[in-house]
Amino acid sequence: MRYEAPRTLESAVALLAGEPGSAQILAGGTDLLVRLKSDIGEPDLVIDIKRIEAMKAITAEDGGWRIGATVSGAELGEHDGVGAAWPGVVEAAELIGSTQIQGRATMVGNLCNASPAADSVPALIAAEAVARVTGPDGTRDVAVGEIATGPGQTSLAKGEIVASILLPARPARSGDAYLRFIPRTEMDIAVVGVGVSLTLDASGICTAARVGLGAVAATVLLVEAAAAALIGTAIDEAALERLAAACSAACKPIDDKRGTIEFRTKVAGVLARRAAAIALARALSGHSTARKAEK
Amino acid sequence: MTQIHVSTTINGDAVEFLCEAQETLLDVLRDRLGLTGAKEGCGTGDCGACSVTLDKRLVCSCLVLGAEVEGREITTIEGMADGEILHPLQQKFLEHAALQCGICTPGILVAAKALLEKNPDPTETETRYWLAGNLCRCTGYDKIIRAVMDAAEQMRGA
Amino acid sequence: MARDDKPEAEGRVFKIVGTRPIRPDGIDKVTGRARFGADMSAPGMLVGLVLRSPHAHARIRGIGTARAEALTGVKAVITRADFALDSGDIDDDDLRDILHNVMAHDKALYDGHAVAAVAAVSAPVARRALALIEVDYEVLPHVIDVDEAMKPDAPVLHQGRSDETVPAGMSANVMHRFEFGHGDVEAGFAEADVVIERSFRTAATHQGYIEPHACLASMGPDGQADLWCCTQGHYMVRNTCAGLLGLDASQLKVTASEIGGGFGGKTTVFLEPVALALARKSGRPVKMVMSRDEVLRASGPTSSTSIDVKIGMKRDGAITAGWAELRYQGGAFPGSPVQFGAMSCFAAYDLKNVQAIGWDVVANRPKQAAYRAPGAPMGAYAVESVVDELCEKLGLDRLEVRLKNASRDGTKAAYGPRFGRIGLTATLEAAKAHPHYTAPLGPNQGRGVACGFWFNFGGDTCVTLNVNADGTVGLSEGNPDIGGSRAAMTMMAAEELGIPYERVRTTIADTSALGQNEVTDGSRVTFAVGLATIKAARAAITVMCARAAKIWGIDEDAVVWEDGHAKPAGPNAGQFPPMSLAEIAALYANTGGPIAGHHEVTAEGAGVSFATHLVDAEVDPETGAVTILRYTVFQDAGKAVHPAYVEGQFQGGAVQGIGWALNEEYIYGADGRLQNPGFLDYRIPVASDLPMIDTVIIEVANPGHPYGVRGVGETSIVPPLAAVANAVSAAAGVRLTQLPMSPPKVLAAIDAARG
Repeated sequence: MRYEAPRTLESAVALLAGEPGSAQILAGGTDLLVRLKSDIGEPDLVIDIKRIEAMKAITAEDGGWRIGATVSGAELGEHDGVGAAWPGVVEAAELIGSTQIQGRATMVGNLCNASPAADSVPALIAAEAVARVTGPDGTRDVAVGEIATGPGQTSLAKGEIVASILLPARPARSGDAYLRFIPRTEMDIAVVGVGVSLTLDASGICTAARVGLGAVAATVLLVEAAAAALIGTAIDEAALERLAAACSAACKPIDDKRGTIEFRTKVAGVLARRAAAIALARALSGHSTARKAEK
Repeated sequence: MTQIHVSTTINGDAVEFLCEAQETLLDVLRDRLGLTGAKEGCGTGDCGACSVTLDKRLVCSCLVLGAEVEGREITTIEGMADGEILHPLQQKFLEHAALQCGICTPGILVAAKALLEKNPDPTETETRYWLAGNLCRCTGYDKIIRAVMDAAEQMRGA
Repeated sequence: MARDDKPEAEGRVFKIVGTRPIRPDGIDKVTGRARFGADMSAPGMLVGLVLRSPHAHARIRGIGTARAEALTGVKAVITRADFALDSGDIDDDDLRDILHNVMAHDKALYDGHAVAAVAAVSAPVARRALALIEVDYEVLPHVIDVDEAMKPDAPVLHQGRSDETVPAGMSANVMHRFEFGHGDVEAGFAEADVVIERSFRTAATHQGYIEPHACLASMGPDGQADLWCCTQGHYMVRNTCAGLLGLDASQLKVTASEIGGGFGGKTTVFLEPVALALARKSGRPVKMVMSRDEVLRASGPTSSTSIDVKIGMKRDGAITAGWAELRYQGGAFPGSPVQFGAMSCFAAYDLKNVQAIGWDVVANRPKQAAYRAPGAPMGAYAVESVVDELCEKLGLDRLEVRLKNASRDGTKAAYGPRFGRIGLTATLEAAKAHPHYTAPLGPNQGRGVACGFWFNFGGDTCVTLNVNADGTVGLSEGNPDIGGSRAAMTMMAAEELGIPYERVRTTIADTSALGQNEVTDGSRVTFAVGLATIKAARAAITVMCARAAKIWGIDEDAVVWEDGHAKPAGPNAGQFPPMSLAEIAALYANTGGPIAGHHEVTAEGAGVSFATHLVDAEVDPETGAVTILRYTVFQDAGKAVHPAYVEGQFQGGAVQGIGWALNEEYIYGADGRLQNPGFLDYRIPVASDLPMIDTVIIEVANPGHPYGVRGVGETSIVPPLAAVANAVSAAAGVRLTQLPMSPPKVLAAIDAARG
């Protein structure tokens, strides 16, 4: 295995595209280093992208926020602007692993690792976030939901790197939230994860909603029926029940060491209802204060 | 295999070492530099026994490549006491009997120090969540949490 | 020990025992200086790694090592053929099983079973060498579950190992049947107003010490060998490795490193004989360290179990009879702790009619190793769950019922003997009086109560105490300090000698320095090593009194030792100013030479220990998630030498039990491979899962120890499985009968109960 730490995105892409053997991007390394020690073994080349200045930044863009590929969970959590606009995304990213993991793990890495249980991805999908992909043939923007194609599989072509994620601007009276179920209080992989983002009109009626559902299928799902259950309602008890039913119905889970089909299906609905209630409260009250109070 | 030359700072000292690409920072600390205070309990970032700080961020050194630390600043448990003067956390761990076997202790002390630098007045809940990545199998955490809270109080008064 | 024996310690006022000094090894352990198993190296050291079976059950038709041996940097490759002794040469079944566990013989018996090992110049080279070893496996059908393994048509691990206690016609996987009890249980059930019978299952759990097994071995062509390792007993390591490698015990010196947790899991050998064999073959020191994956796949978990319990009770709460049948699989070799489970499950109750039957069963899993009160928590879980359900059904107070039926001084225990002085009722009374017992509960919350028992142990113990010329004392003992025992020994030596704690330094001696010491097990160290320490101090005191007598020119019998000084026994003995230990020590050269005391004993009179635990839990009825809200431990310590470390044992045992109750389990796939060999999915409790663990130390002096000490380490893990299960059952409104009570199980039970 060779190690390279290029200074520019272009040289990183060139290294990645030019490697005849297997190559891996190293950002936070919290998934990659675990894989290096497993039976899967070592790639021929590891490209550390943390020396690329442009990837370290969180920048305001068109009323939204662009998050660089090497921004760690801890750095994201300390950024007041992103936390105020997208508290659900930030709390999802902050749920990835321990304090130690937060010091390294990145949201882009979480996306590109392509685990169906990735904590930040349901929240990113609910947020309609866009990944910026750079490769030998230039740069393209891709909906985050299109990056993963299956467990550990992505749509990225050879030589392509996700350089950043854009969280779009927020309309007024919007809120988002992410909840996951784990057996312990920390240090577990999500058994179910639900991200909800919604916007209300002045009268409190939901005008837009997106619901992302993790760990219940081969990829994180965007559940349109769940959003439809909320849109046009005041997000009352009946709407929440329909939301829960839609989420449970969308589940195509497996039985594994972390949970049963029955459990995941039921809890997806329970968490969707709870997450929507939090998102609603944030939309009604102004999210930055809401998030601080919950902490 | 060509080895990589790395210059870095560990506990305030300039350090140079050679390592292979796949070697972790924990491997380098323990096997090349003789700093065996960081322990390997799992090698996968699940136990926190190898905790160190990297540019002031708390990390698991088993999930950092040695090659990555070029030009960085690392602190380990070996850098915690000031000569023969223990850090208040170290002293409180002794006074509260916050260790039984002691294998998780270096990692927990490094993690707790990072907590108190960020938040000098943590609640019990904040302390418990901050330390959730540091497994201890002996104590049930009770005396560890008490020691950290007590050290925080003392440090605030200092 | 007769129950009316007055404990020697009764009424004694202690100066040091009962205080909380800082442990002598503390600074090393908070600064990173302490050297654990993997922290030692040697010049020219090689790295040793083990090749492990990927199959749950497979015949090994052949092992090809030539390609691995040919790899540059590989210095030795070994298989079973490299151990000096063929298994036929070992007439001790246990020793032969240990050999077959550390290196597979004709069959790989579980996923992770060692089949070969290499020593190479670096870890990467060793890893490449492992990949070059060719093992020809014939995969065989496997069996994982204990009840499945007992079926007549189950795949068989070993033919002909069942002993005469096993009825004809049972599976060859059933190794032994145990039975304990007295009276007539059927007559007892006939007297009962209510009889409840339930079946329970518990998953296998791992001790979960944070330090993986590690060792460093070297051996010369003359057979002289040195071994550094993390172990609960280096004398055991010495004896076992000498037996497996055909070495003289005197030629193998074992030094115990600091130990990063054990809980029973380091009371046997895994890597140590392999490292010695590699060192012998390569002629170089060999260091071996397990990965966490190897620890979970190949070192000792405890048994998984299947238990039936039937208890009869009168309306007034009197238990008329108790019956239990316990089935424990102990992994691939005989020796599950079902015997202890059957002996201990009814220990908290004074029963006229009681019967407990245990079945020791093998299955395609790693050989079980002792885990804190081996076998007892599962039996107590089943019995205490049924007692709880009876109380619920009859509307009786759970502590009152336990008090009514509690074992007391003189009770004939279900496993045979009569109890001496015991503290069970004291723990129950303390729980009843504690504010926790009557604190209000909210919705979806429940409170659980359970009692637990452990036998405790004494065993072979040697201590030497040297009085230095400057008045300080060096104490040598032979048990690794797993949780503050150096502090306890130092305290007892200082107490007995009447000198300050700081004047004594306690060292864990290597195997060449002392006689045989039993491993750190059975909660024995503070009791047995403490007893030997006190006796060694008394031996040194006898010498010092003799020296004072010589100086004063009076009879040895006319000198007494008080407060660290030799004094004339009375006015008739003569008028001499007391001589301190330091004064006597300073004159050693002129009074007869070096001063020391030692004591060698097979300690008896350990004194059993009981505990009562109270726990409040909340269940989320929509997800099955359980939160532990409050926890209080009441346990008899006999005499708490260092109360902070006694509390620590109570807290640690309670939390291991909480993990066992809620989330810890060995999960196997249909292929018989372990699916969760890491701390990510083998879920031990983390700090944010828990409240503070409150403790109440009860002190009912043990007559078998000069200070009244009882072991405390193991009893604390016995009640929590049941206590948590009772709390969760109360909170969920449905009786849970399987561990762990992971959220999917709890939610399914709640949903099933609601129809």
